[in-house]
Amino acid sequence: MRIVIRGGRIIDPSQPEEAADLLIEDGIIRDLRPSAGSSETDWPGVDRLVDATGRLVLPGLIDTHVHLREPGQEYKETIASGCQAAVWGGVTAVCCMPNTDPVNDNAGVTEFILKKAAEAATARVYPAGAISRGLQGQEMSEFGELKAAGAVAVTDDGMPVMDAQLMRRALEYARGFGLIVMAHSEDLALTGSGVMNEGLVSTRLGLSGIPNCSESVMVTRDIALCALTRSKLHIAHVSTRESIRAIRQAKDQGIPVTAETAPHYFTLTDEDVGEYDTHAKMNPPLRTREDKEAIRQALADGTIDAIATDHAPHSSIEKDVEFDRAANGIIGLETSLPLSLGLVRDGVLTIHQLAERMSLAPARILGLDRGLGPGKPADITIIDPDAPHRIDSRTFQSLSRNCPFDGWNVQGWAVMTIVDGNIVFDRKAEAP
Amino acid sequence: MQFSKKDVLDIASLSAEDINMVLDTAVGMKEISERPIKKVPTLRGKTVILFFYEPSTRTRMSFDIAAKRLSADSLSISASTSSLVKGETLIDTAKNLESMHPDVIIIRHSSAGVPRMLARTVRASVINAGDGMHAHPTQALLDMMTVRERKGRLSGLRLAIIGDIAHSRVARSNIVGFTKMGASVVVAAPPTMIPLGIDALGAEVTHDIGEAVAGADVIMMLRIQKERLRSFLYPSDREYARFYGLNIKRLEKATKDVLIMHPGPMNRGVEISPEVADGPFSIILDQVTNGVAVRMALLYLVAGGQRHADSD
Repeated sequence: MRIVIRGGRIIDPSQPEEAADLLIEDGIIRDLRPSAGSSETDWPGVDRLVDATGRLVLPGLIDTHVHLREPGQEYKETIASGCQAAVWGGVTAVCCMPNTDPVNDNAGVTEFILKKAAEAATARVYPAGAISRGLQGQEMSEFGELKAAGAVAVTDDGMPVMDAQLMRRALEYARGFGLIVMAHSEDLALTGSGVMNEGLVSTRLGLSGIPNCSESVMVTRDIALCALTRSKLHIAHVSTRESIRAIRQAKDQGIPVTAETAPHYFTLTDEDVGEYDTHAKMNPPLRTREDKEAIRQALADGTIDAIATDHAPHSSIEKDVEFDRAANGIIGLETSLPLSLGLVRDGVLTIHQLAERMSLAPARILGLDRGLGPGKPADITIIDPDAPHRIDSRTFQSLSRNCPFDGWNVQGWAVMTIVDGNIVFDRKAEAP
Repeated sequence: MQFSKKDVLDIASLSAEDINMVLDTAVGMKEISERPIKKVPTLRGKTVILFFYEPSTRTRMSFDIAAKRLSADSLSISASTSSLVKGETLIDTAKNLESMHPDVIIIRHSSAGVPRMLARTVRASVINAGDGMHAHPTQALLDMMTVRERKGRLSGLRLAIIGDIAHSRVARSNIVGFTKMGASVVVAAPPTMIPLGIDALGAEVTHDIGEAVAGADVIMMLRIQKERLRSFLYPSDREYARFYGLNIKRLEKATKDVLIMHPGPMNRGVEISPEVADGPFSIILDQVTNGVAVRMALLYLVAGGQRHADSD
């Protein structure tokens, strides 16, 4: 299969030429030639000529934080449906969290996930294994076995590793296998019975609050352990300005820490809980405007490396209930790109920075080689940056609908997603 | 003027006019309870469901008596007898209730926001009988009625609320209600019991109970819940009583016509000494009496006459 992408604007900081045609063959980017003066006849013998005039061509978007729910909660999402949602959202690869049922704390589950992903043959799936067996925070999982089966990271996501000694040893042991440790940094004692950000809104609504320091205390601990072990640490779903300050300081000191945030943290605040809207309930919770501004700033200056969705599918069974009892989390794969393009429109990020935060940095975090140069894997996202549209959860490929952005008018989306040299999503072909 | 609300979910969504209308109506209702035959036919043929997901004696009885004195048919469901124990969701339970065409559903629930969720689901009027730490509007209304009855006004008065403000729906509703009616409110408690941003609801904050007592026209004591010991809010009942409890000695600094209130149930000897609870300034039992009147007024206003188009 030979594909040529013609006339698009190449968004990859490592490629000097912005106006270039891309030749893809056997899943690899073979050639990159200036578009100027080229014509269709310059590419004889290609199977598919994609006209990308007026489009942006980015290295394929990668999401470091996704819950695919399979095995165990297939009514919320399957690996196939989650991957389908990913490619519709322009996401070519996802790192899936281990809090499935059974937990991905052993090679068997990792292999199962990869087998299902291969069958789906849409987005690439990179499993994260559990730090502790059963996510119980007691004994370490077999990192070597997980790695050998295909895991790229370890994390107890959804739960913090409260035992600092276990976290220290996990960081050290993971380094031996080249695995990155992803931290869900949260002090459960400070969170207590909290269900939303602690502040004016929680006081007004009479809901138990979660203070910012519930996150930043643990971010600070995890950074200290990272400094001690010099192992790679990735802080998941950063939501507070205090965490950002700690991460910025750590980076200044050369500590090998990276961090991600999610679109909801730079788009929404605790005010959006409104009148007990469970679609605004997640962990960490939506914070205040000051935190939101700090996150946007941290994305601009690179303190936060990556935008990840924390895509967390839940059905109405978990969400259409009392706020206290509602499950944490929202889906994000199909809204992440339009919301992140909003940062470009607002002047927070350049389009090249967006490519860095959504593709190149996530690739480095997961240890993947990506970009649009010759020889790189042909994982590509083609974007119409201006297309106005209305977010309609009924059209989502995800099996779940827990989305606070339903009905929002946004601009920009993926028009084509290419994974391993195959067109896995073509918006034109999907037109209703 | 007509009462504009389908539901009574919190004090914040009532206007000062709404509150005055409830209190004025309650004065008339109170008279019914003093008659030898304590029943009027006003709500004959109306069905009132008392839906209590959380233990309650006083509030449930008060609503039940209120409904019966207005000749409504009332029935009561508690968490232990509802389908909740069989795993039914609240929304499903609500839809089932709805199918039986009740006129008013009175709900108490340990989760904040549930009355609003119910009001979105059913056509019947919903009255909040207390939801989590959020709101207890009928308590605030009966408190306002009781104070107005004694003082002749609410405007310009100073109310001190003393106790665990952070976990109290009574405090929240009273702060919003009394300030809305022109009173000023000060809350006093150890800092562990003061929630972030309570001043944004209109309350001043002090940690000195003496200061709160000295300037107050009305002192409202809140119940200290023993389970809060486990969340490190205070070290012991003994210490709490000494530094934050209301006793005769502390009352010496109060104005001569101060009113002492407590939403009940009381922990005698902890937040309030028996001498104060039973003393001449106490209007604690008046609160209970007026509770029936206020609830009769609300039932009448939401279920009597025509249903208004406005749905909150």
